[in-house]
Amino acid sequence: MISVLRWLVWREFTLALRRKAEILTTLLFFVIVVSLFPLGIGPEINTLREIAPGVLWVAALLASMLSLNRLFADDFIDGTLEQLIISSQPLALLVFGKIVTHWSLTGLPLVLISPILGMQLGMDGDSIVVLMLTLLVGTPVLSLIGAVGAGLTLGVRGGGVLLSLIILPLYVPVLIFGAGAVESVQAGLGAEAHFSLLGAFLIGSLILAPVGAAAALRISLD
Amino acid sequence: MSVLSKAFWLKLSSPKTFFPFAGKAVPVFAIITLFLATISLYYGFILAPTDYQMGDSYRIMIVHVPAAWMSMWLYLVMCAYAIIGMVWRTRLSDMMAGAIAPTGAMFTFLALWTGALWGKPTWGTYWVWDARLTSELILLFLFFGFIALRAAIDDEKRAARASALLACVGIINVPIIYFSVKWWNTLHQPMTVDTSGKATLPTEMLTAMLLMTFAFWAYTFAVSFMRVRNQILEKEKNSAWVAETLGGEK
Repeated sequence: MISVLRWLVWREFTLALRRKAEILTTLLFFVIVVSLFPLGIGPEINTLREIAPGVLWVAALLASMLSLNRLFADDFIDGTLEQLIISSQPLALLVFGKIVTHWSLTGLPLVLISPILGMQLGMDGDSIVVLMLTLLVGTPVLSLIGAVGAGLTLGVRGGGVLLSLIILPLYVPVLIFGAGAVESVQAGLGAEAHFSLLGAFLIGSLILAPVGAAAALRISLD
Repeated sequence: MSVLSKAFWLKLSSPKTFFPFAGKAVPVFAIITLFLATISLYYGFILAPTDYQMGDSYRIMIVHVPAAWMSMWLYLVMCAYAIIGMVWRTRLSDMMAGAIAPTGAMFTFLALWTGALWGKPTWGTYWVWDARLTSELILLFLFFGFIALRAAIDDEKRAARASALLACVGIINVPIIYFSVKWWNTLHQPMTVDTSGKATLPTEMLTAMLLMTFAFWAYTFAVSFMRVRNQILEKEKNSAWVAETLGGEK
């Protein structure tokens, strides 16, 4: 089972690294969206610092959602997905492998670049560390939940817009507690409660989302 | 066949039997709705005394509270039908899930709308980003997502199963709404009707609310039965029994 997972992750990485532009697109989207806020709201640094956690989290949410389209789409078009479904390995495991790769290529870069954007919005050191930690725990949840939606909307007309309509409401709890953790640190309060909840989301979705996404794929390819 | 026998209920799950049954049930439920709603309004507006804190504005709760209850209940009922449809592959359950969704969305919207109207005189604002309001808003989006996903997929079976899975993922929101006023101490007042039995309301108001809840239930049955009837006709338009029934009715 582990060897299958290793093979799948290796395959996904190879495929992704041959199209580096796609990884960069998500990252650039994140940077551009965040940079738009100072232009729209004005360069008042105190205001920006106040809204920074929310802005960064919403931008991460959108970036992660936009990249979901590609999670299964290519494999769906060239028939690989059907082969994965009829293989003797559990589909949930294979889906899990795909999600892990997808997160490390789209979610992890967001986490790594977030300190620069945080500084751009005038956040202080402590808040930036907390921001990175919340994104580190939170973005995998986004990829995991998103995989279910990506599976359901596979090959559906207007899939992209539909995906955002069904997935964004499910993202809301992660957004609330992710941005909430940073805000409460900025306000001088602890963020343990927020982190506990984010961790709970992560564990819950790690267990349930691959199974759900596998079921979604089976429905879509029935 | 007697209404109480088990065979009757099992037979109802076939569209052919359900169609005439629903046709008879719709007017009955419509009359029940009108009857209960009228009594409820009489209790709520005329018999119930004016509240010493909120004045007359609190009377809106005879619509607000039942609508909020219904929004959560209908989501659960919708999920239950969707799961039954997924497990036993009964077409009628899928149709029921699809038929309940618009009514559920309507009640969610109604709860938010009446809440806003009630919030203005008591809190001084139509809307706050309070835990309960936000989670109710998410519930509205979940209903919309369910309806949109169903509408976007052409293949009926796939649409039913995909939306069933989506409904099950979203179900986690229902307990969050229900307990939000307990978990987070925000602006929305705690539950007015508690299971502990200590009612903080005049009895007339409580009666009005319960009557309105039953009226809403009857309304839901009437409307969703009508929708299911239309769906059955659409799907089975080429079958012999539809031609027979419609030919007979004309």
